Amino acid sequence: MNHRIRPLIPLLVLTLLSASTLAAEVNLYSARKEALIKPLLDKFTAQSGIKVNLVTGKAKTLLKRLQSEGRNTPADILLTTDAGNLHAATTANLLQPVDNTTLKTIVPHNLRDPEDHWYALSIRSRVIVYSKERIKASELSTYEDLADPKWKGRICIRSSNNIYNQSLLASMISHNGIKPAENWAKGVVANMAQSPQGNDRAQVKAVAVGVCDIAIINTYYMGVMLHKDADQKKAASQVALFFPNQDGRGAHINISGAGIIKGAKHRENAIKLLEFLVSDEAQQWYAQANHEYPVKAGIPVSKIVNAWGYPFKQDSLNVGELGKYNTDAVKIFDRAGWR
Amino acid sequence: MQQSITDNLTPSARLRFAFNLPSGWTLAAAFVALIIATPILTILGFLFYPSSDTWQHLADTVLADYVINSLLLMLGVAVGAGSIGICTAWLTSMYSFPGRQIFVWSLLLPLAMPAYIIAFTYTGIFEVAGPVQEWIRESFNLRYGEYWFPEIRSLGGAICMLSLVLYPYVYLLARAAFLDQSICALEASRTLGCGPWRSFFFVALPLARPAIVTGLSLALMETLADYGTVQYFGISTFTTGIFRTWFGLDDSVAAAQLSGLLMTFVFVLILLERWSRRQARFHHATNRYRTIPNIKLPSLMGWIATTACLLPLFFGFLLPVGQLTQWAIATFGEMVNDSFYELMMNSFLLAGAAALLTLIPALILGYGNRNHATPISRFLVRLSGMGYAIPGTVIAIGVLIPFGILDNGIDAWMIKYFDINTGLIFSGTIFILLFAYMVRFFTVSLNTVESGLGKIRPSMDEAAKTMGYSGIKILRHIHLPIMKGSLLTALVVVFVDVLKELPTTLVLRPFNFNTLAVRAFELASDERLADSSTAAIAIVLVSIIPVVLLSRTIAHSRPGQPQ
Repeated sequence: MNHRIRPLIPLLVLTLLSASTLAAEVNLYSARKEALIKPLLDKFTAQSGIKVNLVTGKAKTLLKRLQSEGRNTPADILLTTDAGNLHAATTANLLQPVDNTTLKTIVPHNLRDPEDHWYALSIRSRVIVYSKERIKASELSTYEDLADPKWKGRICIRSSNNIYNQSLLASMISHNGIKPAENWAKGVVANMAQSPQGNDRAQVKAVAVGVCDIAIINTYYMGVMLHKDADQKKAASQVALFFPNQDGRGAHINISGAGIIKGAKHRENAIKLLEFLVSDEAQQWYAQANHEYPVKAGIPVSKIVNAWGYPFKQDSLNVGELGKYNTDAVKIFDRAGWR
Repeated sequence: MQQSITDNLTPSARLRFAFNLPSGWTLAAAFVALIIATPILTILGFLFYPSSDTWQHLADTVLADYVINSLLLMLGVAVGAGSIGICTAWLTSMYSFPGRQIFVWSLLLPLAMPAYIIAFTYTGIFEVAGPVQEWIRESFNLRYGEYWFPEIRSLGGAICMLSLVLYPYVYLLARAAFLDQSICALEASRTLGCGPWRSFFFVALPLARPAIVTGLSLALMETLADYGTVQYFGISTFTTGIFRTWFGLDDSVAAAQLSGLLMTFVFVLILLERWSRRQARFHHATNRYRTIPNIKLPSLMGWIATTACLLPLFFGFLLPVGQLTQWAIATFGEMVNDSFYELMMNSFLLAGAAALLTLIPALILGYGNRNHATPISRFLVRLSGMGYAIPGTVIAIGVLIPFGILDNGIDAWMIKYFDINTGLIFSGTIFILLFAYMVRFFTVSLNTVESGLGKIRPSMDEAAKTMGYSGIKILRHIHLPIMKGSLLTALVVVFVDVLKELPTTLVLRPFNFNTLAVRAFELASDERLADSSTAAIAIVLVSIIPVVLLSRTIAHSRPGQPQ
């Protein structure tokens, strides 16, 4: 063998082994994008000395990767930005239960799996935003009301490919049943000002410009828009935020959350990471940097978020239900012609 | 006849014929094709699964939309990318007009633009809340709805975006074909009384048909595989349907079946095109080449030609890059750090390795099928080229599944007999990622290699053999010089494609491994356009050097051109 190559062999072996050795590390598959999780992971590494290896991607493709890698998967944790996919991972038998006191004390009942397969790490709500100029808050009430013909040609909302729309409809199926949920979807489609397009921020801009009067979006988008660059701030400051169903079941919420993979090789480290992610420090980061709501009681939300009113009444449905009705929700969207 | 010649030769002389004999090459080619086709066969295999009630639901509701929108999108891009590509290729090959020298290479630049980036950028500029419409409203004191403005997030918008970044495929191949055409054929047509338009439509265009079709098929396959643009614009196409079925309806089998149908559709389309050409071969019939005398256009016509070339360059490259640069200036300092250089290195090495690796099987298959193609080997070759037409994520799954089975199988076997736990050997490594690129972009390499081989008339080989050249010598002294342009094209196009590739990378990459495209997409899909612009510009910058290099080689590759 060429002796220029020979010294490289140990290095090669090391690289090959590095993923499977039991060093102080933990391997994370994350549906949360790098920019929105890496800063927290770096903090964890600095505190604990445990290195976090990260792959980001879309939740369903990460699930597929876990399935094909089977029992030999290097992954220890699956982190997603919605409850539905954690539910899907549980159903696919990819997660293991974790009976951990810290996690159970901090994360409320409705925000974790009844059988302990996953825990929420942060909360976001899907709410109504409206034009300050053209709409009064008193005209708004519930999600159900959005199907009323009085909103004809006045509503903006993104495509039903989006998981947050699917989860919202899933919650309505769970509360009201399939048929009413379908009628609601049809009503909203009839009220749309334009065919669904763009993402949540685009809906805010559309309201600001006058394409429509109200829109449905996730709370943290408004937070980031108000916080960051000038032109988005201008659009965001022309709209106000409304929490629907406050006199009833509460506003729809979804979570970002995580579970530990079945057969994880770094189970202890993985639990440490989850405990860190619900610690005060991490919870504050979620609240301040991305304008989400903390799962831990007593952690202050960001100034911008606080101005919308906090606490507000949240839907107490177990978020795992959102996963259960996801397929039904998509089928309803298809039947209702909601692109 | 050939049999009797070789029979009379010594064994060593027989070897000279080796690369032209069927058994070895054809067998190797079939084997290589089969390996590359494995992920494609994996996806097609799902077609034999029992279909779920998802199909009934799709047929009742959205399937028709998916099909119609995809067909319209294809048709639009075919017209858009086709006309831009052919026009600019013809103008820059045949005429001289102001700026021609620059257009020759710069018209390729939009190739470096990922479609989703251009879609995000144009939306930023032209959407209802963007600066252009804002300006209109403020200057004319209008409100939304009181003026007409084309909707960027629409089917028409998607056709424009895709045409702008995909026309370079047509341009590249059409130009190479126009340059290769013997001027004599054109001149003959002129002496027969054809005007310039008639010679173009009845002589040059039909002669360049195989090349144009190749370019168009690359553009259309990429159109069908596109997810980022149509998803962002809210258009329900077959591709968005695949993902909706998988992610939303949670039916990955039906999603794979949809992908299988998409591939079958493309496959049939390609076969139809081949059939319509039937026995027609497009070898050059004459050896007479002269430098094409670039006809100097009179000044008005010249400026019209300049404008015609400038428009696609401006809208496909200059405008979006200008906007990206403006955004990047604000965020540059924040985004560029050590990890950013690592991203650039990762992207560059990955793209380089993938381009080289993809060329090898393309050469094996190209040669294997050159003179001794059997129907089965031809079928396998076409099949292995299907990866370009389906979304990268689906390819990734087609790669994941067989490698998962292989890895876990080896592991189980090793545990059983040697009590050694090997874990995953391929899954989660760079190797599997490179293999996926090879599957995805194989058709790009193969098509270009085949079009290069098409230029080498069999009689050239035969002449060389009668002069006692060995196989190796023929390759070096005859094939290589003629093929150089094609080989480089294959390398550069795959390089640029990998550089901007997103979905496959996202699914298959190892831990802690990022590329420029991943960075740009993650930020852009979060609507952090300004933050994503630095990575997007870096993709464009890294692509420019090979693209310029390529266009120089093509310009010099024309037979009869002074080197």
